[in-house]
Amino acid sequence: MTQTLALSAVTQPSQNTIPNRSYWHVVARQLRQEPVAMVSAVVLLLIVCAALFAPWLAPADPFKASMLKRLMPVGSPGYLLGTDELGRDMLTRLMYGGRLSLLMGVVPVFAAFFIGTSLGLLSGYVGGRVNMVIMRVLDVFYAFPSVLLAVAISGALGPGMSNSLIALTLVFVPQVVRVAESVTTQVRKLDYIEAARMSGAGSFSIIRVHVLGNVLGPVFVYATGLLSVSMILASGLSFLGLGVKPPEPEWGLMLNTLRSAIYSSPLLAALPGAFIFITSIAFNLLADGVRSAMDIRR
Amino acid sequence: MFAYILKRLFYALPIALSVTVVSFMLVYLAPGDPLNAIAPADAPADVIEALKSAYGLDRPVPVQYGLWLWRALQGDLGTSIASGRSVVSEVFSAVGNTLLLAGIASGLGVLVGCVLGALAGYKHGGGVDRAATALSVVGVSIPHYWLGLVLTIIFSTWLGWFPAMGAGPGGSTDWSWDWEHVRYLVLPSVTLSVIPMGIITRTVRALVADMLAQEFVVALRARGLGGMAVFRHVAKNTAPTVLAVAGLQVGYLMGGSILVETVFAWPGTGFLLNTAIFQRDMPLLQGTLLVLCMFFVGLNLLVDIVQPLIDPRMGRG
Amino acid sequence: MTSSPVSDVLAVQDRGGPAQPLLVVKNLKKHFPVRGGLFEREPKFVHAVDGVSFSVAAGSTLGNVGESGCGKSTTARLIARLMPPDSGSLVFDGDGVAEYGGMALKEFRRNLQMVFQDSFASLNPRLTILETIAYGPQVHGMDAAIATQEGRALLARVGLEPDQFASRYPHELSGGQRQRVNIARALAFHPRLVILDEAVAALDKSVQAQVLNLLQELKAERQLTYVFISHDLHVVHYISDEVMVMYLGQVVERGPVERIYSDAAHPYTRALLLAVPSMDPAQRTQHSPLMGDPPNPINPPNGCRFRDRCSMAQDLCAASTPLLRAVGPYAEHIVACHMNDPMSGYRHATVKPSAAAALEATV
Repeated sequence: MTQTLALSAVTQPSQNTIPNRSYWHVVARQLRQEPVAMVSAVVLLLIVCAALFAPWLAPADPFKASMLKRLMPVGSPGYLLGTDELGRDMLTRLMYGGRLSLLMGVVPVFAAFFIGTSLGLLSGYVGGRVNMVIMRVLDVFYAFPSVLLAVAISGALGPGMSNSLIALTLVFVPQVVRVAESVTTQVRKLDYIEAARMSGAGSFSIIRVHVLGNVLGPVFVYATGLLSVSMILASGLSFLGLGVKPPEPEWGLMLNTLRSAIYSSPLLAALPGAFIFITSIAFNLLADGVRSAMDIRR
Repeated sequence: MFAYILKRLFYALPIALSVTVVSFMLVYLAPGDPLNAIAPADAPADVIEALKSAYGLDRPVPVQYGLWLWRALQGDLGTSIASGRSVVSEVFSAVGNTLLLAGIASGLGVLVGCVLGALAGYKHGGGVDRAATALSVVGVSIPHYWLGLVLTIIFSTWLGWFPAMGAGPGGSTDWSWDWEHVRYLVLPSVTLSVIPMGIITRTVRALVADMLAQEFVVALRARGLGGMAVFRHVAKNTAPTVLAVAGLQVGYLMGGSILVETVFAWPGTGFLLNTAIFQRDMPLLQGTLLVLCMFFVGLNLLVDIVQPLIDPRMGRG
Repeated sequence: MTSSPVSDVLAVQDRGGPAQPLLVVKNLKKHFPVRGGLFEREPKFVHAVDGVSFSVAAGSTLGNVGESGCGKSTTARLIARLMPPDSGSLVFDGDGVAEYGGMALKEFRRNLQMVFQDSFASLNPRLTILETIAYGPQVHGMDAAIATQEGRALLARVGLEPDQFASRYPHELSGGQRQRVNIARALAFHPRLVILDEAVAALDKSVQAQVLNLLQELKAERQLTYVFISHDLHVVHYISDEVMVMYLGQVVERGPVERIYSDAAHPYTRALLLAVPSMDPAQRTQHSPLMGDPPNPINPPNGCRFRDRCSMAQDLCAASTPLLRAVGPYAEHIVACHMNDPMSGYRHATVKPSAAAALEATV
């Protein structure tokens, strides 16, 4: 071994030639090579920007109604995407609607990610009775199909955006906990955790340094998969009348109020749903891309 | 084997019980007095009292739960506030319709999904594979209530082939297997079938691709067995998983059909749930939830029990 | 041991002096409950470790051999206090461990470290190997910069050029390189005793040799004591000063390495040695010296646990359990076998000549 050392000292100058690669840099680099994921990312970015900057970009007031200008078709002068059943500009409503739709889709997933990961980590690491109790309680939630649970909780709490957010979070937390707990339980049995315990470190240090990093990966992948489901479900709740209340613009709610127009102006009626579809599919394709980018490395 | 079934039943019981508790308690989450749905706001006090005791709302909540559960076990789920009919009769006629819809939709979705997935798995990486994968991604990402609207627009408004709403001519809910009635089923079931189709396609594709890459397939081919023999092997080995997933999909569709039923005004449990929520019809809400969830729990149990029978690898317990 | 000011942070004192054994283990027991079905009445237990006692002298290497499932790894984990024993005591350098009045567990962790078998699973895939090595000392209060510096020095010592390897991840190294990292990590604590649990088992033979040589060098440099667990008898012969043979949770024989390898007293040890393939084509074993599979550790046989597979077993062996006794005049060579005990009542005259001859041959 000393011989090889001497050789390398001669042939390669001794400098730190390997840059310290951060894990996420590598993932990002891999991701850039997936065309489908990149296209989805661009589409999402466009939609998010349109929604975010709606107050500055939108051509009209989303609440300004006009009984004369109802249901003007797509491409009407001054109203690029037509007007809705109350005469409000569709393009504006869609841009503003994106804000609430995206919010209602993304916030529950974020919340479930944090709550679910913490609970899953705790349950998986502590193990034993505590783990059993927590998982059994969550099993009850699995007895309900997610749509039914979301509708039931939302219906019970009453219409309104915050109620829907709570309902959706409650639906997703058990799913995230399941993933987090399963990974934590597996990781906990691995030798490097035993080695970490051998170092005399306390439980919190071990969880923070060794367990958390390895759990976040799979949970993150799972959560990104939830984004599209969450969007569809959230807009679905508004479609049923349980989420956002009129006259707030939101894609699902707009689908509901425009229903009566499917005979006269089918294109208008379908427009909000098309955006839910595009956003949802972009989320899914991006999530798939992130998943394979993370896979190749690990 | 018997012990395994018993164990599964044993584990399902506390879940079923918790489900009853949640179904019952959900209505109490709501702000406001449940009484508001029954009695008009300006009713005299004694009328309110009478209504209260008639509906048992003057007892403490655990007692109400106990009474409700006891009656439920005997087949009495109370009376719907909105329609005045017994909850049981409302729910069970609705369940029939939803079962019909969910069953047809699952069958369709599973069938198409298996075919697409198998094709994609066989021709891994080819054009068929990409098309099937694209279709499955669409199936999973599409808001099915929007798809229902779009299909209605195309096939009902523009082409006039199928009716837009309802389960029978003139809004009737009696079912018979003639074209008059089946034509109402087409659009809702196709819409609903997209969900299981997407999932099954993905599942089958992954399974088939994995299986074909395995060494025993190469061994089969080396022995000169092609086509049919390989296909039989693949089918036998993927069947258990597919059946399990399909079984769960039926349950999921039963519970998750509410959105599609709303779009097509299909008189099923989802539609009933919708009504119950908006009319704050407490007994109907509790009863519908209970029946739906019991279905789901029961279905899960069935899948749990049947799966090891088909797949010997799963073993006992 | 280099007495740099930085290593004073982790320096541990040699309390008992050279004559005291570094580790004394008394009567360790660990039984794992077996989950029966719903309708089980009596809880069953796996008797993984059933009354193991031994001591390890400072500066020596104790080899621990036995078949899979004999309890070697469980014993290692009990000594390392990764799990608490059901009963028994552990005394390190005169101090009881994790007992009232004894050494605290955290302090014990600085004295005793372990290298695991699976080189990949013992490294966190998300940390660079330098981070992994530097983690331990920081837990005990060492400054991060100094820990990193020492980590680099350790990497160099185990033969991994720091500039090349420090920021690599475990999956970018070979098995042998990973085990070197594991050794470096263990050494970062400046321990006095290192347990090597099948540490070279997963490596190629040539790499094994390199790692074993490294271990010998380190032992001499840093006055280390090793407990070397393995099922590979050649390797154990090479590295150990003393060898301990375990069977089904108990110690059946123990002694200096040359005694064991030349004149083993327990039928099991002899069978193990016979089972090692010889390089000499003239010496072929026709029959396997060891019959059958190890019995179920849930219900160990009463009396001597080896009697079911021992060709020399008699009724006495089922009736009473043999205790560890010295073999002849050799005080350090002990064995638990009725044949060795003149007072046991074992009838040597009735032993079948063929069985005896089979075991006598080539040992």
